[in-house]
Amino acid sequence: MGKYILKRLVDLLPTIFVVAIIVFVITRLIPGDPAAVMLGPQASVEDIQELRDDLGLNEPLHTQFFQYIGDLVQGDFGVSLTYNQPVISLIMDRFPNTLILAISALVIALLIGIPAGIISASKQNSVMDYTVMVISLIGVSIPIFWLGVMLVLYFSVNLGWFPATGMGTMDEGFITYIKHLVLPSITLATIPMATFARITRSSMLEVISQDYIKTARAKGIKEFFVIGKHAFKNALTPILTVLGMQVSALLGGAVLTETIFSWPGMGRLIVDAIDKRDFVVVQGTVLFIAIIFVLVNLLIDVLYKIVNPRVNYSSGKGGTGK
Amino acid sequence: MTSTQPSSIETREVKKKEINERSFIRKLLKNRIAAFGLFVTIFMTIIAILAPLIATHSPNEMDITHSLLGAGVDGHLLGTDNYGRDLFSRIVYGARISLIVGVSAVVFGAVFGTFLGLIAGYFGGKLDSLIMRTMDGLFAFPFILLAITLMTVLGQGLVNVIIAIGVANIPGFARIVRGQVLSVKEEEFIEVTRSLGATHGRILFQHVLPNCLAPLIVYGTMSIAGAIISEAALSFLGLGVQPPTASWGSILKDGKDFLVLNPQMATFSGLAILITVLGINLFGDGLRDALDPKMKV
Amino acid sequence: MSDEILKVENLDVHFRSSASIVKAVNGVNISLKKKETLGIVGESGSGKSVTATALMRLLPKGIGSIPNGKITFNGKDILSLSDKEMRDVRGNDIAMIFQDPMTSLNPVFTVGDQIEEAVRTHQQISKKEAKLKAIEMLKVVGIPEPEKRVKMYPHEFSGGMRQRVMIAIALSCNPKLLIADEPTTALDVTVQAQILELMKSLQEKNDTSIIMITHDLGVVWEMCDKVIVMYAGNTVESGKVKTIYDNPLHPYTWGLLESQITKNTLNGNKLPAIPGSPPDLRNPILGCNFADRCPYAKEICKTTKPEPIEVEEGHIVSCHFQTKSNRLERKELVYIE
Ligand SMILES: Nc1ncnc2c1ncn2[C@@H]1O[C@H](COP(=O)(O)OP(=O)(O)OP(=O)(O)O)[C@@H](O)[C@H]1O
Ligand code: SF4
Ligand SMILES: [Mg+2]
Repeated sequence: MGKYILKRLVDLLPTIFVVAIIVFVITRLIPGDPAAVMLGPQASVEDIQELRDDLGLNEPLHTQFFQYIGDLVQGDFGVSLTYNQPVISLIMDRFPNTLILAISALVIALLIGIPAGIISASKQNSVMDYTVMVISLIGVSIPIFWLGVMLVLYFSVNLGWFPATGMGTMDEGFITYIKHLVLPSITLATIPMATFARITRSSMLEVISQDYIKTARAKGIKEFFVIGKHAFKNALTPILTVLGMQVSALLGGAVLTETIFSWPGMGRLIVDAIDKRDFVVVQGTVLFIAIIFVLVNLLIDVLYKIVNPRVNYSSGKGGTGK
Repeated sequence: MTSTQPSSIETREVKKKEINERSFIRKLLKNRIAAFGLFVTIFMTIIAILAPLIATHSPNEMDITHSLLGAGVDGHLLGTDNYGRDLFSRIVYGARISLIVGVSAVVFGAVFGTFLGLIAGYFGGKLDSLIMRTMDGLFAFPFILLAITLMTVLGQGLVNVIIAIGVANIPGFARIVRGQVLSVKEEEFIEVTRSLGATHGRILFQHVLPNCLAPLIVYGTMSIAGAIISEAALSFLGLGVQPPTASWGSILKDGKDFLVLNPQMATFSGLAILITVLGINLFGDGLRDALDPKMKV
Repeated sequence: MSDEILKVENLDVHFRSSASIVKAVNGVNISLKKKETLGIVGESGSGKSVTATALMRLLPKGIGSIPNGKITFNGKDILSLSDKEMRDVRGNDIAMIFQDPMTSLNPVFTVGDQIEEAVRTHQQISKKEAKLKAIEMLKVVGIPEPEKRVKMYPHEFSGGMRQRVMIAIALSCNPKLLIADEPTTALDVTVQAQILELMKSLQEKNDTSIIMITHDLGVVWEMCDKVIVMYAGNTVESGKVKTIYDNPLHPYTWGLLESQITKNTLNGNKLPAIPGSPPDLRNPILGCNFADRCPYAKEICKTTKPEPIEVEEGHIVSCHFQTKSNRLERKELVYIE
């Protein structure tokens, strides 16, 4: 297993390298002079030249590129001009907040979405099944930034149950902390929850008609275990695939959710940086998120193996994404 | 995983036949939910096309003295926004932006993605790994984040929104098409055509591409829904089309700031997005069941 | 009869399928004693598996139903048991093995887990004891290196080995009745013989009764004491194997016998020896089920259902022309064209 993880890690290096190139290319695509854009229209020519020097923009492109990669390898994501801080420390300040939000959302999504999908599949074509299907279809279609705003309208503005913005601290007490977390995490959880319900249902339906489910029933096992143990473990592989893709959706959704709820995470950092035209921060944060995604998919690959003994240890296939 | 699995010759032949005989349309319409989705989609398209006829006011006509009116006041069906513009008319015109961006961005992504997927799958080797590595790299960015990053570089504007969302759509199409190509490539008729001296271009576009159509149509339909949400998200973040152009996302953005004074702005702009996206998704689900039941997008 | 372990009387099974009712089994009777083996033969779709599934009360919920009939197992009225009581019967008193060993074992659990689970569902024993039991069962069914094998997953076993594992699971609780639904169909010939041999020897040891479902009359002659020949949901002929071997009477049974001959002479290349196909079970059938395909059919066969008649002791046949007083002249190889 250790060997396998190492192998997959090595496999991922080119992907991370490509990700870095993409970010580099995109930021170098900025029409005109990035330094001029960053400093705004009032900046003097000297200021712009100085910034160009600082950013290394006066070097030839390939030198810039190797410089950039070299810095990245050392964990140097550049220095923010507006914050006057290394980008990596800005990220590290906010990453835990995003993590808390994303994990709460993921937990809600898994705890509700998967059982809903299981029940739906085991009672196919029942009223319950249709209800779950309709709600989950609405769930995958809902613009979460709208949902967030509506939750604020009803539960903060009208009912006053939960705060509309901000993140509580543990010093203000656990209850306050949780109260701040409720609306943002529900907002962020909606799409993955609906997606899990849908994929769990279709995957379970496929499994439930298999022969080994008949075998399990013939053993006299309780239906709860036939479905929850025998069927579900077989249905897990596609669910894991979707889980990997949902991590991406969660990190993307965090940008919107954090904006609505003024949640001090990486998403806010990006949006603020865009407002302030701080490209170094945008570039660094986006790259960081992409790397997180790649690593999470490594984790998913490992889970595939644990779940599915048929996956061969020696082959590196199984892949990220689909 | 599903997309790279070669489907058997038999199923593909069945698929082809279905497209040819249009029996899938019957199958589709029999599925009432899908038919409803199609109805909603057509309805929204008609609203977008006939916007000037349906709107009660000019969408950009400001009247600060009549800002933030409630629904029904002064002949404003849904009231007015913070600039005194008629909310109903803005939402009606917003349908245009949503659908234009949704369709154009997906066409953009589909054209480039299909092309890349075709040549990657067909020629294989180094070219394949180069293209697919790049696609994997693009896939590592959350969709909306990739669009956001591109927008910061490109700047606001309708065309730029289409490009940004279109680029973010490329890797998905490339993967699907490549998977299809790999399975089609193995088949005998391709061998035969090649031995008869057909050029690569001809084989690709006359023989390989038609076999990718079913999954492309299904994936494309679903992607339009995603693109509409993305456009709204970009506009919501202030990165979409230029103001004062009415877009559901930008109305929602303003509506968020006037949530207490005029909740209709946020409520109805978002509802418009939800209904449109839901309609397209329902239709897409039905399309998938009718065309390509094995696919799980 | 005190040693009668299973009695099935007039069993009907219906399926609801999109606005119509499939009458999959009609009036099947079974009587099985301790240590006896009953064979059920018939073409594909004749209702063999459905009958077996009904005995276990494992028909698909909401779709399959038993509108008529009585199943008495070991003195218990199976159809009136509660769900919980029925679960105690399944796997414990009545065990079942299926046709395709490649798909009947759960691919994501080890073979050991799957045996242990069967044991621990019905017996209050520790995990450790269950593990030992699993190893012992693997040994019993003739799997080499059971200590090692017990930790492996089904995909690491061959088809024959997997069927042995299925047998190990089925026999782990010493069931009184084992239902084997075409246990060897998916296996190659030498392995088939081994599996049948194994079942026979385990039956000797444990006094198990067996219901053996098969396409293959050869298996019936070899393994069974009694046989039921099913066609389109009906029993067309039943009796002692010896009787029917010596004196098959129903035209359908003759057809089956001939198809066996074809199969053998053509080196296992099975031909549809009986032209035509079984009737659609959704439509009510007035006369004899077999009338459309029967070369002996006369007018009466299309209009009147033949009643089961005991033509000699324990030998029951449903055919208008096979009665105590009347016999059909069997033509040689009429089914092969
Ligand atoms: N779930 C179901 N719904 C509707 N009809 C069913 C269902 N299961 C079985 N049947 C019908 O019951 C009939 C008997 O099927 P069964 O599986 O018992 O055949 P069999 O004799 O076991 O055949 P085989 O040798 O192929 O296993 C078939 O005609 C089939 O159409
Ligand atoms: S009753 Fe008639 S149709 Fe049926 S088996 Fe006898 S002869 Fe053939
Ligand atoms: Mg069967």
